[in-house]
Order: sequence, then structure tokens, then C-alpha cells
Amino acid sequence: MSTIAPAPAAAAQRAPEPPGRRRRRSPLPYWLSIPAVLVLIAGMGYPLVWQVWNSFREYGLAQQFGQDPTFVGLDNYIQLLTDTGFWAVLAKSIVFMAVTALATMALGIGVALLMKAIHGWARVVLQIALLLAWAMPIVAQMTVWNWLINARNGVINHLLSLLPGVDMIGHNWLVEPLSFFAVASVIITWASVPFVALSVYAGLTQVSDEVLEASSLDGATGFQQLRLIIMPILRPVLVILLLLQMIWDLRVYAQIELLQGFGARGSKYDLLGTYIYSLGVGQGKFGVAAAAAMLVMLFTIALSWVYVRELLKEDKS
Amino acid sequence: MTRTRPLRTVGSVVALVLAVAWAFPVYWMINSSFQSAATISKLEPTFSPFGGSTANYAAVLGDSGFVGALRMSLVVTAIALVVCIVVAFLGALAISRFRFRGRKSLVVAVILVQMLPAEAMFIAQYKMISGLGLLNTIAGVSIIYVAMVVPFTMWMLRGFVAGVPADLEEAAMIDGCSRFGAFMRITFPLLAPGLVASGVFAFLQVWNEFALASILLTSDATETLPLWLRNFSQSSAFGQIEWGQVMAASTLVAVPVIIFFLVVQSRMTKGMVGGAVKG
Repeated sequence: MSTIAPAPAAAAQRAPEPPGRRRRRSPLPYWLSIPAVLVLIAGMGYPLVWQVWNSFREYGLAQQFGQDPTFVGLDNYIQLLTDTGFWAVLAKSIVFMAVTALATMALGIGVALLMKAIHGWARVVLQIALLLAWAMPIVAQMTVWNWLINARNGVINHLLSLLPGVDMIGHNWLVEPLSFFAVASVIITWASVPFVALSVYAGLTQVSDEVLEASSLDGATGFQQLRLIIMPILRPVLVILLLLQMIWDLRVYAQIELLQGFGARGSKYDLLGTYIYSLGVGQGKFGVAAAAAMLVMLFTIALSWVYVRELLKEDKS
Repeated sequence: MTRTRPLRTVGSVVALVLAVAWAFPVYWMINSSFQSAATISKLEPTFSPFGGSTANYAAVLGDSGFVGALRMSLVVTAIALVVCIVVAFLGALAISRFRFRGRKSLVVAVILVQMLPAEAMFIAQYKMISGLGLLNTIAGVSIIYVAMVVPFTMWMLRGFVAGVPADLEEAAMIDGCSRFGAFMRITFPLLAPGLVASGVFAFLQVWNEFALASILLTSDATETLPLWLRNFSQSSAFGQIEWGQVMAASTLVAVPVIIFFLVVQSRMTKGMVGGAVKG
């Protein structure tokens, strides 16, 4: 790399340790962290600085062919924020994220509660099924679902047509944008529920049976137990899971890209990831794409701040 | 909970229905992979793989693209894995065994970087790699992959290193070991399971990665397995899709991943919601 720009990760890394600390002054931790810091700078820090810098510069096709990029202040951001296309994609992405994350959480919590209340053998069967779905690589997930929803002889259209009065044979699920996003949302929910369900179930096993028994002797109903005993214990897990789901459902580039490949390309099927890609790599508007990516990044950092704080607490303990 | 038995049985039945729903796509992939083109193109789906053949697998394994992509995936994964484990292990030692200036900034950077979606950076990473002339090269994609997996691996290893008491090492040093000797004889063997688990995770992330690969590797000669599978399931889209072969290909890509995944998944749940689950 020609220019190594300072990344936030490396800031304040080299200052000497003040005397009187717990550990004796040793250069060893610095030597140990150098490779990790270098990797973070090369793979993340440098692109980050490039992105911040170029989101303020005119960097389009002309610059691709050697013209120097010019500094344009907030023009890229203004161009984005005054573009109804961008707002449409942003709104779609947020709705998509909210619907998918909430559906995943609701189903995941439901499945976890169910696992607590059933026979041991049924629980094992359900856990295995969930793990199988969770372990599938994204590309394999998408090819399988594309086959399941195949218009001519996909098994989903076949099974739906068995219902009286329904004839779905030949129905293409990927043409109508709303249906396209619904398919994506179902696939992502299917793939994400296992993680939520198993994590919530692990949290549920922390609730002691004695307490539940005592409360039911005292006349608590199932709903009261859920609200007053189980929920307070689960709350921290649920907050983190919801955050992770929201962040992950905002980053659905791979799934959307693959579904577009199976169905139809076009901006009406875009979410933020594919939108930024087509702005940048597709149309060569790197400045504007960098600005759009910056907005996604700031949004993600705002969302993940709670999670970062939780993990920092863990680091202290 | 001492609840009535019938309710428990109803719950179990619901659980079985859900299990079928969740496992069905995986079952269907394997089922279809054993069916001939004639069976699979019938309007009526065939629900059991019995009487099928392994012809689809033979066809996929005979596809020159598959072998090339397998080799590419193995090389990229091996490079990324080795570099990542070394770098992350040293970094994990630093943040879990020492208190030093800048430690907190490093920890925050490691956590925050894990959260950033590829979408927030891939344009910049693409420009960096293309500026270095490393598009469609093993080196280019490896740089980005190492940076992608180091933070999570380092965070996971941090937990394992912290789990080995430093007292053990100090005791060995009192008994005459050098610092390095004490580390190699005491701490390192105790960390082996942690290194294996973290290595499997890094492996899964790199092996499955699609988004960055699709941007950094655009030539057929350098496609990784996920890219090959994508192209294999789409290129035939102009004519009749050979669903049996596409499903056999998907199965070949997915099964090793599923096996590795089952080995380490319980740690995965703990790693990601760690502090919170302990309650």
C-alpha cells in the first residue's frame, strides 16, 4: 500500500505506560498487537479513510479515466438526500429490516418457549432441524429456495395447489417486487430463527424450575410467570438478539443479489446493499456510493452501540 | 413445570411440525440431488430419493469449474486461516494478558469492526484492491478476508486465553521455565481446543463468503465455490435448469459446512451473546 492513513484503531497505541500501573512496563503487548493493528489498518482502516475522504469528493467516470477528483463538500450527500430513488431504497430497506427482524424474534422466542414445554425427544428432533437450517451456506440456501419456489414444478406451488380453490402452478414469485421481497424475507427468517431460538432457549434454562413451581403454588398464571419471572431474566439476551437481527437484516446484499440473479434485475428489486453496489461498481459514481455507504455505516454504528457497550462490560469482568 | 400431560403432547406435535418445516429445504436439496432429469422435470414432485442415482454427483464432480473452484476455495481459505489464527492469537494474548495504553481503543475497534456490514465498506475495499491491481487474485481477496475474520477470531480467543489462569504460567516460571517456555508448555496446550474452535469459525466464514468474493473475483478462472455454485445455478437459466445437478452441487458445498458447523455451534451461541446469557 502506498499511503498508510492513520486508522482510529491505531490511535494512542504507542504512548508509554505511566508508572505505577499493575503490570510492569513492558513493550511485549505492543509487539503482540502490531500484526492485528496492521491487519485492521490494511483491510478496514485504509478503506474507511478512503471512503470518508471520497464521500466529500467528486469521483465519477471522469476520475476513473485519470482526471483528478475535486473536493465538493457535502454535494454527494446532498445529491443522495434529494434523490427520491435513494429515499425509496432506504425506506424499503428499513421496512424490510423491521418486518424480518420482528418476525424472526417472534418466531424464535415462540420456538424457544415451546422447546421448554415439550417432551425431551421432540426437543432433540426440533433442535437438529434448526441446526440443519442454520448451518446451510447462504448460496446453497438460495439455490434450494429458488428450486422450492420454481414456477413450473416447484414443490411449494404444488403443495399450495393442493388446497381447495387454489391454483398456483406456473406462478412466478420473483416478478412482483412486493412478492420478491416477501420471498427474501421468508428465506432470511427461516435461516435466522434457529440462532434466535437456540440462544433464547439457552437463556430460558437459566430460569430455575423451583422459582416457577413456587410461584405457581402461590397461584401465578402462566402469563404472569412469563411476564414477571421469565422476561426480566431474558431481557438482556433479547435486546442483543434484536440488535443483531436488525444489523444483519440491513446487510442482506448476498441474498438480494442472488435472488435478482434467479429472477429479474432492476432497481425496483434493490435494497441498500445492491443499490450501493450498482451506484459504485455498476455506474462508476464512487463518490456518491461512498456517501451512501457512510450513511449505512453511521446507521449501523448507532444501532450497534448498545451491543458494543455490553461486550465492553464483559471485557471488564 | 408440572403441567398436564396432554398439553405437553400437543406441544410435541407442534414441535414436530416445525421441525419438518425447518428441515424440509435441506431434505429437499438432498432428495432432488438423487433424481434423474426425467424424474425431476415431472409436474408432480417426487418426495423420496429411493430409486434415484448418483449420476448428478458424477456430472458435478466432472465439471471442470467445480474442481477449479474447489482448489481456489481451499487455497484462499488456507491462507486466510493461517494468517488469521496467528495474528488473532497474538492480539488476543495482548488484550487478555496485559493492561496497556491503547488497549481499550484496540478492543473497541475489534468489536466495532465486527459489526460493520460488508455493504458499508465494499466499495472502498473494491477500490483499494483494484488500485493495488489485485482484483481477481488470491492475494487481493485474502487481504480482505483476513481483515474480515481477525476481529471475531481475536475476540473469541480472548475468552479462551482469559480462561487459562496466568498463575499457572507464573508457577512454571518460578520452577525455572523461561517466560516463553512456560507459555509453550503450560498455556499453549490448554488453549488448543480454543484454537481449534476459533479456527473452525474462521474457516466457516471464509469458506461461505459470497458478497466480497462476488465483487473482488469476477473472472471464471478465480471463482470460489460459492461463486461457482451461483454461476452453475444461473448460467443454465437460459435453457432448461438441471435442477438435479444444481441440488447435487449445493449438497456438495453444504454438507462439509454442516458437519463442521454441528461440531462447534454450541460455542457459537455462547460467543455471540456470551455475557448476556450468563445472566
